[in-house]
Amino acid sequence: MSSYNWAPGFIDDGDRAQIVTSRFQYEDGHTLDRYLATGGYAGLKAALARTPTQVHEEVKAATLLGRGGAGFPAGTKWGLCPEGKWPRYLVVNGDESEPGTYKDRLLMERDPHQLIEGCLITCYAVGLSQCFLYVRGEMALAQERVAAALNEAYAAGYIGRNILGSKFSVDIVLHWGAGAYVVGEETALIESLEGNRGMPRLKPPFFPAAIGLYGKPTIVNNVETLANLPWLLTHSAAEYMAIGTPTSPGTRMIAVSGHVRRPGVFEIINGTTTFRDLLYGDEFCQGIRDDNELKAFVPGGGSAPWFLPDQLDLPFEAKLVGAAGSMLGSGAVMVMDETTDIPVAALTLARFYAHESCGKCVPCREGATWLERIMERLVDGHGTENDLDQLLEIGQTICPGPFPHAASERLGLAAVPFPFKMTTICFVGPSAYTPVHSAVTLFRSEFEARIVKRKLIPVSIGASDE
Amino acid sequence: MSETVPVTLNGRAIEANKGELIIAAAERHGVYIPRFCYHERMSSVGMCRMCICEVDTGRGPQLTPTCMVAVAPNMIIDTESEMTKNVQQGVLELLLANHPLDCPVCDKGGECPLQDQAFSHGPGESRYIEEKRHFEKPIAISDIVYLDRERCILCDRCTRFADEVAGDALISFSYRGNETQITTFPDEPFSSYFSGNTVQICPVGALTAKPFRFKARPWDLSQQESTCTTCAVGCRIVVESSRDEVLRYMGVDSEPVNHGWLCDRGRFNFESVNSPDRALQPLVRERDELRGVSWNEALAAAARLINEARASGGAARVAVIGGARGTNEDAYAWSRLGHEVIGTPNVYSQMGDGLPADLLLLERATIDEAANATTIVLLAPDLKEELPVLYLRLREASEKKRSRILEFTPKQTGLTRYAWRSIGYEPGSQVAVVEEALADADIAAQLAKGNVVVVFGRMNLAETITAGVLALNRLLKAVPGSKLLPAFRRGNSLGALQVGMRTGPDGLNIRGVLQAAADGKIDCLVLVGADPLSDFPDTDLARRGLAGARRTIAVDTFLSASTARADVVLPACAFGEKDGTTTNLEGRVSKVVRQVSPAGNTRPDWMIASGLALALGSDLGYADVDEITLDIAINVPGFEEVTAASVAANPDGVVAGVPTAIPPVGLLEGVAPERNSYDLRLVVSRTLYDQAAGTAHSPSLAHLPRGSAVHLHPLDVARVGTRDGVEVKVFNARATVVMPVVADASVLRGTAWMPWNNPGPNVGELIDCFAAVNDVRIENL
Amino acid sequence: MTRLNDANQVLAREIIGRYPKARSATIPLLHVAQQQNGYITQEAIAHIAELVGATSAEVLGTCTFYEMFKMHPVGKYLINICTTMSCALMGAEQLVTHAEQRLGIKAGGTTPDGLFTLERVECQAACTEAPCLQANYRYRYRVNAAQLDQFLDDLAEGQLDAEIPAHGVVARVRQSIPVDRAVSVVAPDDVHEAPVWMPLSGTTA
Repeated sequence: MSSYNWAPGFIDDGDRAQIVTSRFQYEDGHTLDRYLATGGYAGLKAALARTPTQVHEEVKAATLLGRGGAGFPAGTKWGLCPEGKWPRYLVVNGDESEPGTYKDRLLMERDPHQLIEGCLITCYAVGLSQCFLYVRGEMALAQERVAAALNEAYAAGYIGRNILGSKFSVDIVLHWGAGAYVVGEETALIESLEGNRGMPRLKPPFFPAAIGLYGKPTIVNNVETLANLPWLLTHSAAEYMAIGTPTSPGTRMIAVSGHVRRPGVFEIINGTTTFRDLLYGDEFCQGIRDDNELKAFVPGGGSAPWFLPDQLDLPFEAKLVGAAGSMLGSGAVMVMDETTDIPVAALTLARFYAHESCGKCVPCREGATWLERIMERLVDGHGTENDLDQLLEIGQTICPGPFPHAASERLGLAAVPFPFKMTTICFVGPSAYTPVHSAVTLFRSEFEARIVKRKLIPVSIGASDE
Repeated sequence: MSETVPVTLNGRAIEANKGELIIAAAERHGVYIPRFCYHERMSSVGMCRMCICEVDTGRGPQLTPTCMVAVAPNMIIDTESEMTKNVQQGVLELLLANHPLDCPVCDKGGECPLQDQAFSHGPGESRYIEEKRHFEKPIAISDIVYLDRERCILCDRCTRFADEVAGDALISFSYRGNETQITTFPDEPFSSYFSGNTVQICPVGALTAKPFRFKARPWDLSQQESTCTTCAVGCRIVVESSRDEVLRYMGVDSEPVNHGWLCDRGRFNFESVNSPDRALQPLVRERDELRGVSWNEALAAAARLINEARASGGAARVAVIGGARGTNEDAYAWSRLGHEVIGTPNVYSQMGDGLPADLLLLERATIDEAANATTIVLLAPDLKEELPVLYLRLREASEKKRSRILEFTPKQTGLTRYAWRSIGYEPGSQVAVVEEALADADIAAQLAKGNVVVVFGRMNLAETITAGVLALNRLLKAVPGSKLLPAFRRGNSLGALQVGMRTGPDGLNIRGVLQAAADGKIDCLVLVGADPLSDFPDTDLARRGLAGARRTIAVDTFLSASTARADVVLPACAFGEKDGTTTNLEGRVSKVVRQVSPAGNTRPDWMIASGLALALGSDLGYADVDEITLDIAINVPGFEEVTAASVAANPDGVVAGVPTAIPPVGLLEGVAPERNSYDLRLVVSRTLYDQAAGTAHSPSLAHLPRGSAVHLHPLDVARVGTRDGVEVKVFNARATVVMPVVADASVLRGTAWMPWNNPGPNVGELIDCFAAVNDVRIENL
Repeated sequence: MTRLNDANQVLAREIIGRYPKARSATIPLLHVAQQQNGYITQEAIAHIAELVGATSAEVLGTCTFYEMFKMHPVGKYLINICTTMSCALMGAEQLVTHAEQRLGIKAGGTTPDGLFTLERVECQAACTEAPCLQANYRYRYRVNAAQLDQFLDDLAEGQLDAEIPAHGVVARVRQSIPVDRAVSVVAPDDVHEAPVWMPLSGTTA
């Protein structure tokens, strides 16, 4: 027990339920032989023994929450396909790129058959005619492992025509990305899969479940979400619900990075595990490095508003975290200790989102870059007094109205809960603002310390600046 | 369509149409929501975020892109809330962040949606002090269109237009985020026939068109609505001028016709109006030289020539050819002059490339009916080349899955890729091919399914119309209730025919007139905007006819090859210099307007006809053009509803009815012979850009014709033993020409296609207009 | 000749055959082109446009949207050092500076011998193993300056050829769908019925 050199980053200390990482302990966990030897494809067989409707009901009953970031229950999502509209497609979102996050990569590298089996169960339950497994372009090993597993599974009769002798037939096509964070957004993923620039489409009123790939009903599910299905089908919704809490059942994979003693990826119990458990617990990160003080942490990937030590005792429960002013997002915690230069840390995220903006929505394309430029100036010591308010005002164009942030006893601040209003199609724009807002709101003095006092002359719009 | 949805707009209860976008519903009810990317003729993308308003559907006010979301019952729309205003101001500030404020030198300044909305909805100040984005400015993305990427706000209008509307996705976004820009592929310019539309719909000054760059400030332009007469679609336009010079056409969004779009030829050939080569002065030939004279002298000279001809052997020794270029009023006046005053039956407005006049008796479809038909049958030339905006309309019908296109064609056309079935045929075999298709179960089922509109035109100038008409008759008979959309090429062909520019009893059509002239039976040939040497398919006959006619009177805007030897030249007004009405291929009559003074000493054609009538001792009785319009309404069957008042009241035009009686037009008999296997069957058709006067005298377009060439299927290129681009000898019994070979997979095997009237060897030399079909042989030099 | 070669054209057609619409194969084919030439050539874009039925401008638009496609030649080894938050917290900037000094180029540049291109990149999904880098998309974790030097030496000496192929090759294992197992593509406009295993009503829960 502990960590394995074939799965760098993964740690399974402690005696917790393991749903999706149980084969990480095997060096050959990615092979069909090992998969079959450890109960593989039993979930598919269990599914095929039932009607598609029964399988769907089971998943619905388990309240399996989507693991991509939004946390929408998979069973409910499946039910959004309009009746009588065919064909339907499955698109697997393996374009994991949220800062701080990596679990899908491990799941694809270490246990690709589990994912394939999850895809098959989904296709069977919802009547999806073809599956496209979109793997992030930069993940060479994950692509190789998934390709090899698909080849093995085809040869063994688990994918393709008349699977395991049944009427169920489906192809799974491995698709490669090529480096664009925004493609993790489901409508951008579909655009990308259609061979286009990965620019999101507006969702309401057209969710992919109604109008998706090639304009047809399409289920887009995250890798980790699908990886839960084999277990769920060999066990039951009741057993799944017995883990975690009723609103956040099961487990989820969390990557903890930054200034902890033992960073790593853990499969934790959903709903009950607290951030304090995770950051300080012996079976997890074992405290802040060098016995330093915790300054702040990002609780749910780069897009999540920051938390302070005040919020350590919150559990991994979406509603509670939302009420406290942030989100669980993609399962990534980034930890900053007392030595952290907050403006610099926030700049790395602001730069990320500006770089990754697809360029479609004006508030994001222009706003994210503007935020980054100002942050850069502030960090470089060329900031002005106006800049801090200016940052927040630019943010108001991306996200008008109250913006979520954590409560702080030190600052006498009350929490502003999730969610927020936004003027962009997808969350990249708001995400560019989030770290800036958190940093300026919770650590304003650190910015002020960098500002050289001087006067700024406003430029009138009527005057040429050329 | 009439189903409505109750919604609240800024506190006011309104009825929106079901399925209507919020932004459109608000506009119909007088509330303008600012926008940049939204365009009512293209799909919404929700890119600029400018149209976001607070909309409450029962869950509290939500920020809603109103160009993406349709109205729903009891929706509460607030376009003026504090939140909405803040968002609009914020988005505008961001749009202006990287936009150069070079309005004083920008062509768009004064008519710029960004400028206008910055004033109406913007914050008034910019706080952006970082360095702006920089690009090389401007870059030419085609022969006509320039792109300034610094001004571009990336609204996706031009790229959407190119992809969705024109089907020429030659421009695209490239790169990402803040570095996104519009690009063409290197060495593949945006050479769309419709590129000018992108300039018109650009909401900033990023796209500019060469003919208008730095020509005038928008506020110095005066403008009037008119109709483009470049081809027979009759697109609605606005003619804009400054200092009495036409400077620009803009497309007008006419629901039944052009939806706001124009082709580049129509949009930019106004340059020819301002050409220094215009015929500006009446001329009379004296001792083999044309001498400038007064109108009275010229008209008297013309009358003398006509009288001499009549005296030598009767009025039939005079022929009046042309008139499809002018207005209905011009055609009517010339028709009366020809038929009543001169008394000749030899009056004819088509140039041997048109359609039999008796087709006008068939039930006619409108463009809208065609574009909404269950099946569109094409027995027509390449509409993309000849009637570009009709091509857009039918392409859209297919793309939006409203219609299926069944095409019969001797060469693949612009619509082939959108066709449900495209059936190639060798000229002469139309009837057999159509009959075979009608016997096909799938096709028969499709044709039985709903409305059918047949688009019929001249597919090939190197054959007689006979086989085409017979095939059309088979089709119309097989599909009861189907309607016809005649694909006339020239602007007012249908109008000229219907108001009377057609043969009288025993009169000769163009072919007959040229033959008679060649045989010495025509003493005076009056060419009203007609240039047989470049328009008539049989060049040899045209040449012999012009040489054989003893006297020629030319009424034209330019001297052409055909009129260079004229005895009298009567200079005519060009488009934009005269008022009147024109009739498009549906029979839709709409206004053309005088926006600038006639150049030099030119007169409108109708006035020339009136003057000539007076010189011949008759008074047509017209003091102004409205009187002719009225006369037409009174006298021309089908035009009863077309009055100056009704045309003025209906900017989209008034559709004229079908005429009551036109004598049957005899077709040349003759069956296409079997093709000798050494020969290739000749197919000749028009390209959008050719040597037509309007194109040749417009500097921005003049270089665009690709030039004469013989296009062969790649396998035939190999069979001939040559290569793409190599010059070969093309010959038949009539002539031999030398031109380059183009390997072209859109050409059928066994046929040779040549573009009509392009620079280079004259294709018409190879055509016998009396032959059912023409074949050629090709050899290496 | 920088269009797809014969073998890759065969591969391209196989890939295209897996999608209901050929256009979907654009990105996979761009990877094939980059694998063949080390970067994306204009001719390859034009060729792919022909294969998938798009215009060259559209394929260029798609190509330039994605980070991994290089429009100009890059080094045999593309060294991507992550500088997003988790790696930045653990010293990524110092690693970049060290790499720049060691290679004698600025981030974004290529060494004169054409061996290395150094890039500062965004999150590579190895955040707990910060700072991390990828060489031609193969990871190195918790890299310090000395390890970086050693790694670059090993690469230059060809000691890692077995693990790290030249730039352009991403996955060395490709999916191949056996003909006798393939269901064939499900074209969006040709299928109107529920798949055979679904209950007749076609409804789901």
